[in-house]
Amino acid sequence: MVESSKSQNAALPPFEVHVESGKCAAREALDKFLEELRPLNLDIEEAGTIELVLAEVLNNIVEHAYAPASDGGPIAIRCEQTPDGLFVLIKDRGTAMPDGKLPLGDLAPLDAELDDLPEGGFGWFLIQHLARDVTYTRVDNENHLKMRLAVRLS
Amino acid sequence: MRFDTKTEERLRIVSVQDPRIDAAVAIEFKDAMRVETDSGPDLVILDLSNVEFIDSSGLGAIVAAMKNMGQARKLALAGLTPNVERVFTLTRMDSVFNVFPTLQGALDELGS
Repeated sequence: MVESSKSQNAALPPFEVHVESGKCAAREALDKFLEELRPLNLDIEEAGTIELVLAEVLNNIVEHAYAPASDGGPIAIRCEQTPDGLFVLIKDRGTAMPDGKLPLGDLAPLDAELDDLPEGGFGWFLIQHLARDVTYTRVDNENHLKMRLAVRLS
Repeated sequence: MRFDTKTEERLRIVSVQDPRIDAAVAIEFKDAMRVETDSGPDLVILDLSNVEFIDSSGLGAIVAAMKNMGQARKLALAGLTPNVERVFTLTRMDSVFNVFPTLQGALDELGS
């Protein structure tokens, strides 16, 4: 009893995960990130939310910020637990967001004919829907995406 | 991308054996689905009960697989685990597919 309540309340020390961009970068980063979160004993839905949001962010970096023709580059994820949830900062050195702004993340209409159904464009919708306080800044030659994941609030 | 396929008189069941349909395997999934659905029965049930994680690339690949089959044929989804189901619900893609909680439920409803 004492053990479990202690592990629920103790804040996780801030940590960072580093990977090189590439086909399996998202899987590698997610494995490392979720491993670091293990002391929080997140339930399957909380862990699933975090995994999905970060997967979308990482895919976007791998596929767009670091264009397929480029040599890729580093991706860093920093995480800090606070009473308001997990504050996450994802950094890469790829191309800036178009217009220097976050995509809106609207869903395409689904009342379309079969051939016109969307096969993409769900990523930013999911990020905006599942994460809080998402902000983007370009700092020198880096993209900084910040967000709050509302898990383990106290 | 590993599939386990079973063809019955009126339908084909394609069970995904990998735990993830994500960006790393989305193209592979699409190609493998094309092989499974290019011929055979008009009704295909995609059994996702072993899939624990899907991202937007995986979702797009499933939509592409349905589009590949054309208007006259149907792709139904069965056995969505909680995190997979949530992606379909959030994006409202659950309204585009015929979704069944279990493979048995799909077979009972669609007839084997």
